[in-house]
Amino acid sequence: MLHIINKSPFERNSLESCLRTASKGSTLLFIEDGVYAALEGSAKADTLRQAMQDYTVCVLEPDLAARGIAAKAMDGIKRVDYAGFVDLVAESERVQSWL
Amino acid sequence: MKFAIQVNEGPYTHEASDTAYLFTRAALEKGHEIFRVFFYHDGVNNGTNLTTPPQDDRNVTNRWSELAAKHNLDLVVCVAAAQRRGIVDEGEMKRNGKSAQNIADGFRISGLGQLIEAGIQADRLVVFGD
Repeated sequence: MLHIINKSPFERNSLESCLRTASKGSTLLFIEDGVYAALEGSAKADTLRQAMQDYTVCVLEPDLAARGIAAKAMDGIKRVDYAGFVDLVAESERVQSWL
Repeated sequence: MKFAIQVNEGPYTHEASDTAYLFTRAALEKGHEIFRVFFYHDGVNNGTNLTTPPQDDRNVTNRWSELAAKHNLDLVVCVAAAQRRGIVDEGEMKRNGKSAQNIADGFRISGLGQLIEAGIQADRLVVFGD
């Protein structure tokens, strides 16, 4: 299952809500302001590092780049472009946007 | 694969209508079918032809219209959300006694059943919003 998170973890609790219910082996994709969750050294970095044990974590590269933090994303996060975003949706039988 | 897209946010608000557009375009480029794009809540504001963004900015509405023309997309605006926000086609203009219509090229106004149908018919429904 694919979980899409589009808001910053410093603005909303959508990341926490997602992590509370997502089953192991799911994929998380950060888009729009959600990409701030991928920032190395932030207050949420440990939360995300923990999440990487159970989930495949992906980030939409153009949204990282648009915010000037492409070089500051944590290691271990898979970067995808829009074509990769489409592939993730196609590969996942269910898709949940955490709005 | 058949995709359906739901857009819940208006243009120039945050980023959801941009992401929805770029995702839709990327899906088409990869050879997928877009069964329908359904505009709901503030998303209906994507479908007005009365916007005039600055020339150096993207024109969100025209961009949808052009994509729809190129790929024969079905862009559906939720009627109840449209009535609240003043998105009007000829039928709505006459029915509700309005003085004008503003539905953009390639968009049509219909009901929530169109979203349900898209959810059933498409292999994937992807929601973009605030």
